[in-house]
Amino acid sequence: MEVKKMEQGIGVSKGYAIGTAYCMKQEKNFNFQSVSDNPEGEIERLTKAIEASKKQMQQISAEAQKNLDKKTAEILESHINFLDDPAFTGEAAKTIREKSLTAEKAISCVTKDLYNTFSQFEDAYTRERAADIKDVGSRILDNLQGTLETTDFSNLPENTVLFTQELKPSDTARIDKNKVKAFVTEKGGKTSHTAILANALGIAAVVGCNGILGKVKNGMAVIVDGTTGNVILSPDEVTLNKYKDLQKEYENRKQHLALLANQKIHTSSGKRILVEANIGNLNDLERALKSGAEGVGLFRTEFLFMGKDKMPTEDEQYAVYRKAAEMLGKKPLTIRTLDIGGDKKLPYLKQPNEANPFLGLRAIRLCLRNPEVFKTQLRAILRASSFGNIRIMFPMISNTNELDKAMEVLCECKQELKQNGISYDESINVGIMVEIPSAAILADKFAEKVDFFSIGTNDLTQYTLAVDRMNETISSLYDSMNPAVLRLIKITIDAAHRASIPCCMCGELASDEKAIPTLLKYGLDEFSVSPGMQAEVKGSLLKSIKA
Amino acid sequence: MTSQTVTVSNKIGIHARPASLLVNAASKFKSDITFKNGNRTAVAKSIISLLALQAKMNDKITIEANGSDEKDAINVLVGLFNSKFDEE
Repeated sequence: MEVKKMEQGIGVSKGYAIGTAYCMKQEKNFNFQSVSDNPEGEIERLTKAIEASKKQMQQISAEAQKNLDKKTAEILESHINFLDDPAFTGEAAKTIREKSLTAEKAISCVTKDLYNTFSQFEDAYTRERAADIKDVGSRILDNLQGTLETTDFSNLPENTVLFTQELKPSDTARIDKNKVKAFVTEKGGKTSHTAILANALGIAAVVGCNGILGKVKNGMAVIVDGTTGNVILSPDEVTLNKYKDLQKEYENRKQHLALLANQKIHTSSGKRILVEANIGNLNDLERALKSGAEGVGLFRTEFLFMGKDKMPTEDEQYAVYRKAAEMLGKKPLTIRTLDIGGDKKLPYLKQPNEANPFLGLRAIRLCLRNPEVFKTQLRAILRASSFGNIRIMFPMISNTNELDKAMEVLCECKQELKQNGISYDESINVGIMVEIPSAAILADKFAEKVDFFSIGTNDLTQYTLAVDRMNETISSLYDSMNPAVLRLIKITIDAAHRASIPCCMCGELASDEKAIPTLLKYGLDEFSVSPGMQAEVKGSLLKSIKA
Repeated sequence: MTSQTVTVSNKIGIHARPASLLVNAASKFKSDITFKNGNRTAVAKSIISLLALQAKMNDKITIEANGSDEKDAINVLVGLFNSKFDEE
């Protein structure tokens, strides 16, 4: 039996492909003179090469319109603008005159400079445009040297797996998606063209697979696992059969989940159950919406505060909250106020060293001690509330006095906005995280004061059972299904319903298949789970309701 | 010189397509036109400098035009921003 050869890259588009390898030409090295004694002649050559490139690009972008996703087609159209760009071809012509360079030398210098500049931008999308600049630059070089060869994609066999160093934007337009089942590249990252295109086409892709081109050969049988990033060359029959099963299972599951994502869940008595998302940033939100999220049950705002040397301003926060609210439309956006302290510290906020940080000055306690930090965030949330369906949620509430104080601060913020004529949602809902046993035990008292509850099972478990959830030596004691924890959950849900307010859960337990039947029985109204898990949780809910 | 400040209101910001539209529109005018986003400045007729603005939704862009047709240029470009480039 042949030994299987497994290569490891980064999976950027999920799925399995079992097919035949096709290797695309690697980058070529251009040979040319650097200096010319006829700059005007060089400029004429450059102009001609640009014109030729333009015609080719127009044709490619027309093909892309027909065959490809919108995003890629638009990028290709923009290549035509690159050819006229004063910062690109304009700059090249200038250096030919100034330094008596050949057209080739000038274009390759300018391309390299721009490539380096773009590679360093902080914005991932802009950074990936470096590949576009390189693509256009090498097309002009090809036209100057008469070395342009278009890869012929028309005769690819069925189930082709394309291997290349880096997928060129202009190549992507020619790919026949009926035949290409996966991409494997040596370079590229999560926002590369390869990743964008593969996701748009719904096929597997592995990038950053170093050295693969030295090992794979045209026509070789290959397996690509876009989830793990594994690429197997010349698999044996056992491996092949294993992956055939995995592929079939994956395809079935994908179809099933796509159907589930758009479902609305009702219990047997007709009550609507919401499946929402726990998000940490706007990318999470995008992913959650695709997976069928019916709102956000927990927006962790810490990302706005961490990794910075000063507090985010009210306007900075407002912009993010507003954008999230607008992305959700009428669906609820539950914003948790700053949950910092304990193990998470901010350089610009004074926090004491504590012996027991998880029982220390964190979350609402820290905010009440730093009213300016708290008020800045609350004002930003209130201002954003005019643009969607926002709910405010206070974390780590352990007694009613804390809640009263937080409510007072919120009231002050509302008055300040009113005085300044700034509008906000006057009926904005306010709730608390129930994650400390004392809050669960006194849930009836809290229910009189708020519009909703959200149970945070991770902390609730840790505090109820006195088990540090990060401590591996006692991890077997950490059990959110412990009867004591479940009883606190039930007390909380019952208290909410007696006060006619909804109860949400935003801890891990809400997506636990084993817990879902119990939570449904208790009458939990909203299940808020990790982005991408929505369809799966809807599936578990349906199964449990039908049972 | 004429100038006006607009807000980027389409969801994805000045990506490839909006940048293409802006360059194509700006190139029809004789005026020198620039876009400012914070401390970054772009020449309106250069798609590369426009992409390098990295303009996102809700960013404020100041458009400046200088030349015989500066008023028309500003009107057309502001119109493009306000139309959200026919996007979400």
